[in-house]
Amino acid sequence: MNILYAFLVLGVMGAVFGCVLAVASKVFAVETDNRLEPIIEALPGANCGGCGYAGCAAYAQAIIDGKAEIGRCAAGGSDAALRISAIMGVEAKEVERTVALVRCRGYDRQLKGPYDGLEDCVAASKVAGRGPISCKFGCLGFGNCVRACKFGAMTIQDGVAFVDREKCTGCMSCAAACPRNLIVSIPYKNEMYVSCASVAAPKISAKVCKNGCIACRKCEQICHVGAISVVNNVAVIDYDKCISCGLCAAACPRHIIRDVLDQETVAEFKAKVARAAELHKREIAAAKAGKPVGPA
Amino acid sequence: MSVTKLFSIALGAILVNNFILVQFLGICPFMGVSKKMDTALGMGVAVIFVMGIASAATWLINEYLLVRLGLQYMQTVAFILVIAALVQLVEMFLQKAVPALYQALGIYLPLITTNCAVLGVALLNVQNSYNFIESVVYGVTGGIGFLVAICLFASVRERVDNCECPKSFEGFPIALISAGLLALAFMGFSGLRVF
Repeated sequence: MNILYAFLVLGVMGAVFGCVLAVASKVFAVETDNRLEPIIEALPGANCGGCGYAGCAAYAQAIIDGKAEIGRCAAGGSDAALRISAIMGVEAKEVERTVALVRCRGYDRQLKGPYDGLEDCVAASKVAGRGPISCKFGCLGFGNCVRACKFGAMTIQDGVAFVDREKCTGCMSCAAACPRNLIVSIPYKNEMYVSCASVAAPKISAKVCKNGCIACRKCEQICHVGAISVVNNVAVIDYDKCISCGLCAAACPRHIIRDVLDQETVAEFKAKVARAAELHKREIAAAKAGKPVGPA
Repeated sequence: MSVTKLFSIALGAILVNNFILVQFLGICPFMGVSKKMDTALGMGVAVIFVMGIASAATWLINEYLLVRLGLQYMQTVAFILVIAALVQLVEMFLQKAVPALYQALGIYLPLITTNCAVLGVALLNVQNSYNFIESVVYGVTGGIGFLVAICLFASVRERVDNCECPKSFEGFPIALISAGLLALAFMGFSGLRVF
């Protein structure tokens, strides 16, 4: 009898709660847009935050609310943008692929003294004198960016962060993690970059690092499309204008303007630069002769 | 019921008999969501909320249903049922009525449904024969105790994460050891009494 009693009471309680919940789910139903689910599916689902929203779901909601444009997802690229455009029923725009780039190759950086602190870039950069390494602007190499990268594209090579361009999705989570602000977004198709971000006086840059920009302006003078200029003691490339010809790399006396791949042998690099220099000479000659520049 | 009694209940729940560090209830979220301070904070606030309403609801169910029908031995099962249904209901209500709070509590609310700290507070209320007000106070302050413990632990873990430790202790083992040390520290509160 007792068992039956307990069984009945619990059964009735369960049934009542079930009914209440069923009613409540109707009463408190929140309408969601039926486009939300497909858009979330079209996004990569890495929740990297590169779009500026809290995650893929938040970004999808923002697209539906009309608060965000469709091409914000760097990780999904044009593929995701196309699919979302199809779902939203609007014209798709081509998204140019961008990748992250570390503006430092200070392999020969010197330590000012022994560093025994936390293995963390933010902590290290707070040490008196702006960090334990001799360059106040260079990569500290403790790998905050490596930990921030959700795609396994960052590595520390010889003490300096390096981006694998093929794995990089351009979400720029690494840039947010870098206390030195060394990581920038550049178009995937561009090949030249300045591997220094030191705004210190040229004399200091030259002293602390072999790969420091000394603001000699040779690159600025040689560039015939006006894409490179020295701002605050360091060369900066305007990627809207750069045509990746490699002249600046040829002109740079310290070889800090490099090919993004950074992996080619010295011989290959020199050959490439020589070709660029040759092209440049021909262009100058052609310009003097008043003829239009033909293909090399 | 006096203010002193309520105060001693509150003090007991927060420090002396802290749910996590002294009674070892709710260890699962304590280890699971204590990696970062902000998630720990979200979890703590959600636990305060759920423990408060769960204490109230289970007290009513116990007093007016189980005791009247002589079914006290069914408390554990009945309380699980009540808490699970209640959390679901509250979640739906919040999503509709207070979306901001729903967003803030986020995934933590459904996670707590089966948390043993919440079931524990309901059963302890009965064991200590608290009245309605005392039950609610015990629930809310038990939640505050949870918040204090998980936030302390999260800040400890954030620091430990950045330190070098022997390879075999990296990650979870060192977290368990820190939790043990934190519990040891809370043992210092035993004997603290309000007269």
